[in-house]
Amino acid sequence: MGLLDKKFQDSNIIIVSLEKALNWARKSSIWYMQFGLACCAIEMMATAASRYDFDRFGIIPRSSPRQADVMIVAGTVTLKMATRIKRLYEQMAEPRYVISMGSCSNCGGPYWEHGYHVLKGVDRVVPVDVYVPGCPPRPEALLQGFLHLHDKIMKESLVEGIGSKPVVIHDKGGDDIQVKSAEETDEHKTAQIEFPQQDVARKKEGA
Amino acid sequence: MKTAEELHRILAEKFGEELFELKQDEPAAPWIIVKAEQIREVSKFLRDEPGLRFDSLMCLSGVHYPKENALGVTYHLFSTSEKHKLTLKVIMPEEDAHLPTVEQIWKTADWHEREAYDMFGIRFDGHPDPRRILCPDDWEGYPLRKDYRVQEFYRGMKVEY
Amino acid sequence: MTNVKEKGPEVTLSPPVDAGNGLKTQEMVINMGPQHPSTHGVLRMELTLNGEIVTRAIPHIGYLHRCFEKHSEAMNDYNKVVPYVDRMDYVAAMNNELGYAIAMERLMDIQVNDRVEYIRVLMAELQRIASHLLALGTFGLDIGAFTPFLYCFIEREKILDIFEKASGARLLYNYIWIGGLMNDVPADFKTDTAAFVKSFRPKIKELNDLLSHNKIFIDRTANVGVLPDKVAINYGVSGPSLRGSGVAWDLRKDDHYSIYDRFEYDVIVGKGEMGTVGDCWDRYIVRVWEMEESLKIIEQALDQMPDEGDVQEAIPKKIRPPAGEIYCRTETPRGELGYYIISDKSTTPFRVKARAPSFVNLSVLPAISVGAMVADMVAIIGSIDIVLGEVDR
Repeated sequence: MGLLDKKFQDSNIIIVSLEKALNWARKSSIWYMQFGLACCAIEMMATAASRYDFDRFGIIPRSSPRQADVMIVAGTVTLKMATRIKRLYEQMAEPRYVISMGSCSNCGGPYWEHGYHVLKGVDRVVPVDVYVPGCPPRPEALLQGFLHLHDKIMKESLVEGIGSKPVVIHDKGGDDIQVKSAEETDEHKTAQIEFPQQDVARKKEGA
Repeated sequence: MKTAEELHRILAEKFGEELFELKQDEPAAPWIIVKAEQIREVSKFLRDEPGLRFDSLMCLSGVHYPKENALGVTYHLFSTSEKHKLTLKVIMPEEDAHLPTVEQIWKTADWHEREAYDMFGIRFDGHPDPRRILCPDDWEGYPLRKDYRVQEFYRGMKVEY
Repeated sequence: MTNVKEKGPEVTLSPPVDAGNGLKTQEMVINMGPQHPSTHGVLRMELTLNGEIVTRAIPHIGYLHRCFEKHSEAMNDYNKVVPYVDRMDYVAAMNNELGYAIAMERLMDIQVNDRVEYIRVLMAELQRIASHLLALGTFGLDIGAFTPFLYCFIEREKILDIFEKASGARLLYNYIWIGGLMNDVPADFKTDTAAFVKSFRPKIKELNDLLSHNKIFIDRTANVGVLPDKVAINYGVSGPSLRGSGVAWDLRKDDHYSIYDRFEYDVIVGKGEMGTVGDCWDRYIVRVWEMEESLKIIEQALDQMPDEGDVQEAIPKKIRPPAGEIYCRTETPRGELGYYIISDKSTTPFRVKARAPSFVNLSVLPAISVGAMVADMVAIIGSIDIVLGEVDR
């Protein structure tokens, strides 16, 4: 129960802000879209298997983008596939998140130099929330990526619009996690493919 | 099991000496250069002739030789019954690289020839589905040629790093 | 999707047919993929359906084309190609590396010592078991059985632990280099592998009880996707898909490479026990019994392996092969992987073409899926066991 466990003693009334309750509910049951492209898909499957279990976090696979909360882009994104990824992202219902798993979807990976058909980073077509590095990332790394996504979801606010203030989390290991807002860093890449107009307006005020 | 010299002799007797050339190059296995127009008859003969029976096309690759301005296709053949191997090569000038397809003889060649067209621009006459297979349909250029420059944008996405 | 310069063959649908009661039916064309939970990666199948029956299936590939051949021409060292070779068939990385190393060693005429050979064979056979476990697990998952998937992955994790101790990575190792290995195996490699062999044998029986002789599984896979042997050879199919059709062809026995002639093992072929020879069930059961044969090879190799030997003594300081070319093929868990390498006497490869087994095996799909139902398409694709990284390179 985490957040609310053992915080109250005699009464059976729990007082909590609606935002916290909603965010807590949302982060405890993130359903991902099974979208394995390449080698990272095997590690994603291994994370979902028994040893590094996904299900204990409430994370289960859904096949359809309409039923998914998060899209784990696991593997190399090629130019032929990029248009389809954009279409799948648009089919997801909000609130929706994207985890870029592996070097290839972060930045092109080992194919960055001579890959004429490789998209150098999936953030050129969809906005990414968490980048998980590795080639392929260990299952524990992917789980940590999800925990960062949990932190990000907990900081969301109902009032200013969902996902409007992107939060950049620097994890240098240990308990020392610095949280900066995106205005202070220039690491938030903007997508270079044409979005429909309302997405462009929302990205401008958020980014 | 026949050696490359015996196969060369058999082919030269059947089709004429001037169409073939046997190249022996250490450490590679020897290969036979075939003229482009004859490749389909030669392949059919190699597959159906008793004693040769090359029923399996192991690999079909395109190659670009920039120094000679030529494009080549290499066929690696194998016989599952007689257990011998053969390598055939066809070399064509870069500007006009086309040759008959062997897709009706070995179905393996279907996708391999599409890939050779996609990567090098070698045209196979008579192929039932001559389209790009790996790159998207509206891709420009033939990527595996040595002088290939990748396009800067593809459908609004920047290609370079 | 403007600007399409090339169009494929025209898909003409048959005219509408009267179905009674004033209704008409017609064939329709739908897409399966590229995002689909059961297509084992980014594969797009264009199906022409008459109700639920497939009349035509056209695979479209290229969604994972990562320019392997262009990268290999850009590397200034042949050893730098090994990580790219790994990532082609990412489920069976050791076998890819082994094929490449053997091809280059034949081209450069390098002999490696016995210890290197035995370690390579052990790694290749362990990887074969891991790859078959993944194939069988995901095949069951596609058919709808979730439990065998979890059981297979437990065993796979044990093998990946052994690999991690030896090479440092779980999935893509960069371990088998030209002329030797990246580093020697750790001291407990032999005990670990022997313990794994001991624990794994009863698990094959468990898998058979769970899945192979399960009535639902048999009903879904027997007599589905029958591949006759002559068609298979003409299309160039190899590996368990070919052996499932009754052709006893195994490159480890028939096209000698490495030291496989020192071991005794059988070549498993499909016999049509549950249906016809060459159906999905045959291809599946060939993989199950091949795991048993790999265990035999591993046991013999562990017995015969020398304890002394430097694994890096034959690695050349600078890899400069003589001018020439070679085509060399090895048996991976998916079939015949061939490397066609042309060298022009410099340290940069001139051309490295990988003849991937999944590329060729997939091309047989249109021929065997006519008349199947949509649910059978899933079974057929799963039984051919493709890995899209190899198909597209």
